[in-house]
Amino acid sequence: MKTYWAIFKKEVFHIFRDTRTLFILIGMPLAMVFIFGYAVTNEFKNSKIAILDHSKDELSGELIQHILASRHFIIERNINSTDDIDLIFRKGEIKMVVVIPPQFSEHFYSNDHSQIQFIIDGSEPNFANTLNQYATAMIRRFSLSKIGNSGSIPYSIAIEMRMMYNPELKSAYNFLPGTIAMILLLISAMMTSLTIAKEKETGTMEILLVSPVSPFILILGKIGPYAVLSFFNAVLILVMGYYVFDVPIIGSLCLLLLMCALYVLTALSLGVLISAKSDSQQSAMLTSLMTLMLPTMLLSGFIFPVSSMPLLLQYASKIIPATYFIDIIKSIMLRGTGISSIDFPVLVLIGMTLFFLMMSLVLFKSRLE
Amino acid sequence: MDQKVISVKGLTKRFGDFVAVDEISFDVFKGEIFGFLGANGAGKTTAMKMLTGLSKPTSGTGSVAGFEILKQAEKIKKNIGYMSQKFALYDDLTIKENAQFYGGIYGLNRRLIKLKVNQMLESLNLQDSGNKLVHSLPLGWKQRLAFSVAMLHDPPIIFLDEPTGGVDPATRRIFWEKIYAEASNGRTIFVTTHYMDEAEYCNRISMMVAGKMVALDSPKNLKLKYNAKTMNDVFVQIAR
Amino acid sequence: MRVLYYIIRKEFVQVFRNKAILPMMTILPIVQLIILSYAANNEVKQVNIHINDQDHSHFSRRLIQKIQAVDIFHTTSSSTDHQDGNTALLDGLADIVLNIPPRAEHTLLRTRAIKIQLLVNAINGQAATVGSGYLNQIIIDYNKEIRSELISGILVKPKLSPIDIEYSNWYNPELDYKTFMVPGLLGEIVTVLVMLLTAMNIVREREIGTIEQINVSPIKKWQFIIGKMLPFLVIGMILMIVGLVVGKLLFDIPIRGSIWLVFAFLLISLMAILGMGLLISNFANTQQQAIFIAFFFVLIFILLSGLFTPIESMPLWAQYLTIPNPIAHFVAFMRNVLIKGSEFSDVQYRFMVMGILAIVFNSLAILTYKKTT
Repeated sequence: MKTYWAIFKKEVFHIFRDTRTLFILIGMPLAMVFIFGYAVTNEFKNSKIAILDHSKDELSGELIQHILASRHFIIERNINSTDDIDLIFRKGEIKMVVVIPPQFSEHFYSNDHSQIQFIIDGSEPNFANTLNQYATAMIRRFSLSKIGNSGSIPYSIAIEMRMMYNPELKSAYNFLPGTIAMILLLISAMMTSLTIAKEKETGTMEILLVSPVSPFILILGKIGPYAVLSFFNAVLILVMGYYVFDVPIIGSLCLLLLMCALYVLTALSLGVLISAKSDSQQSAMLTSLMTLMLPTMLLSGFIFPVSSMPLLLQYASKIIPATYFIDIIKSIMLRGTGISSIDFPVLVLIGMTLFFLMMSLVLFKSRLE
Repeated sequence: MDQKVISVKGLTKRFGDFVAVDEISFDVFKGEIFGFLGANGAGKTTAMKMLTGLSKPTSGTGSVAGFEILKQAEKIKKNIGYMSQKFALYDDLTIKENAQFYGGIYGLNRRLIKLKVNQMLESLNLQDSGNKLVHSLPLGWKQRLAFSVAMLHDPPIIFLDEPTGGVDPATRRIFWEKIYAEASNGRTIFVTTHYMDEAEYCNRISMMVAGKMVALDSPKNLKLKYNAKTMNDVFVQIAR
Repeated sequence: MRVLYYIIRKEFVQVFRNKAILPMMTILPIVQLIILSYAANNEVKQVNIHINDQDHSHFSRRLIQKIQAVDIFHTTSSSTDHQDGNTALLDGLADIVLNIPPRAEHTLLRTRAIKIQLLVNAINGQAATVGSGYLNQIIIDYNKEIRSELISGILVKPKLSPIDIEYSNWYNPELDYKTFMVPGLLGEIVTVLVMLLTAMNIVREREIGTIEQINVSPIKKWQFIIGKMLPFLVIGMILMIVGLVVGKLLFDIPIRGSIWLVFAFLLISLMAILGMGLLISNFANTQQQAIFIAFFFVLIFILLSGLFTPIESMPLWAQYLTIPNPIAHFVAFMRNVLIKGSEFSDVQYRFMVMGILAIVFNSLAILTYKKTT
């Protein structure tokens, strides 16, 4: 036990001496939570549009007022001809033009066919879709308010939509669990693989190995501080999410922390596995970037939904531990499910962890002999 | 022999509270081989960095090749050659490419570079290996090559920072013969070393202990003064 | 001038002699482009839906058929009990639960209004809006259809009818996500690779010690910096050519604008990005530190570049933060010029900002590069 603490302490010194890296280790999660919480969002507001009003009559004026009042849109300018649309779209700031046809009032009040046209910059598909939906809903509300209450239209089906678990559609809800997965991987896997590789590179590993310390105690001592640090980071992210972005923790906190601890273990065993395979810091860094960080960022469903990917990539996402971890965390935090609803991903994650742990022990041992 | 090419007065370098070089003053004359000795951490490399313009002195003045080290560092650089402790040629360039590059950055013209490089290869007996990667040369050869490259632009003064570290005795010998040849051509050599037998080859030697210059004389006089048989004994007595 | 020639020649020889550089310029960007453009896809392709039909009428079956006819909706389960729907949502088996109330047809036929309930898993806000939006549209269309059937039967016409809405999506009528992503990704890949390579380059000279030999020579700072920049400028150009060819052949991306405009902007952007890479290298002593610092900034730059999420949706302070972000300008430029065919006058603002960034970053890089210690 004494030798274990000696190594543990030495590693803590290493971490605190390299202030630049320490700064990144603490600064990275904070920056990521802030960016994801505030800036990386698909929330829809203040979109700039233009109006092409061919009729300029009473009803079109009311419609424009109605659009302005919605606060979803900012009318950036009014244009006079269809030819201008291409010109303003090419500048890229305005993404939609609402075209009001000539004699709009007349047509509407004479119950002749009245029609509004949206011309949307479709280069950004999702944004185009969202614009279309918000604008459609707005026009519909406008025409209903003109016709009178909805009761006067016979046979109408009302739709009651309830946004469950995230009523305000905040993007922090979606990104927070993924951020935890990334940070734990960065510190537990990448940093540990780097520090072990560094000892190999500088030759200090040999000195430690000729000492009477058992190699397993040695490795445990080295990864201990990183385990503590990454667990601390996970809690930090949860606390920030809770107090700054109001991301709730509906399920059991105990279960949540337990799952974080499990994932720390997964990441640590991956780190040891990589370090057993690489002799230099550079190769450790490249391996963890290419096999851990990038796939986790792209394929785990962190940023992009897995269901949108081609089948091959969907299979690939199934062998990434973070996929299961993110699933578990979302369920516990946001939906408040208990262990019984997430038994499958939990079992897969435990299985993966055991597998990586075994692999790294075997590889590490074979290198010693 | 009495033309001063390096002249230093009260040169000092502090890093916070730590005084790395403490008011050293000395002159070096044209064509001299000037040895700079001291234990590890005595301040040799810092002093040399100030002379070559790699580091700015905290206080004190000095001139190298007739230029002020405080204000005319870039002019000094044109007139000196430098070979560092670390091997400083590019491993992934060939011998010729390295030489051409260093000739080029000192502003030699194409014809002169060609001439110099050929002369250099000839004197090193490397005529057939000019297109080999430096990576493939043994260490001793690399050091000799680095020395020749550092002199490609014919600098009146050359600074050598532990040029023979890790080199076998035979190669060291050849190396010093080369240094002698250059000195007799009127080039000033400023060299730091750990090898006391090499110190014997120098015209004059200065010794640094904890940032201060504690001795400055010819090897012969130093041995007399400290009543020692070899420079090794002198060193041990001074450095304690 | 002669000095500069020798510096540049040395850098070119070194960079292109490195065996890792060729695959880095060809295979790496191609693989990245392919994987990213398939993976970085926010298109909502599949929405799992749980149908809870408590009506069991002709009306409800017709609605369900309409929903099932749409490709993106997959009916994963159905029930006649509220509780089942809630469980499906809780367990993540369904993204949307559709609740059709009992006696819906009966109520509707008596010309009264009925209410259909949609419970949407909104953890991923975007998928929620897009999925529920489609479903909404289906129900509204169905409503219209039913109304016109019933009204024509009864022959009672309302005084006023709602305003019709027609829409068209320009430039990308199919709303193909790849058309949107590939030009942006191209911009991102070129900038990130070039920045990382440059940052590593000077630090490497510092690590092996050759930088000292350069520092005692009379070489000027700007000569050194230019020498370091040029090879990567060429690499950036090659990367872009490779990327455009692959994008055209594999994804058939549109190239509506002038290709010369693209390369003119690329030149200025590369200068800004190279300046940034050099700046990073000035603050790092080891390659490891350089990678960490570069990784940190690159991640923030990409997330705030509008590549994955629209800049319009960001809060104002974050929108201002995109101004000094070269990746943001490059991504936006590529999209505007390739997809929409923007001309110089449309994007001159970005030329100006990028030009200023290039000057600022390079001046900082030259100022912070110290020949002394």
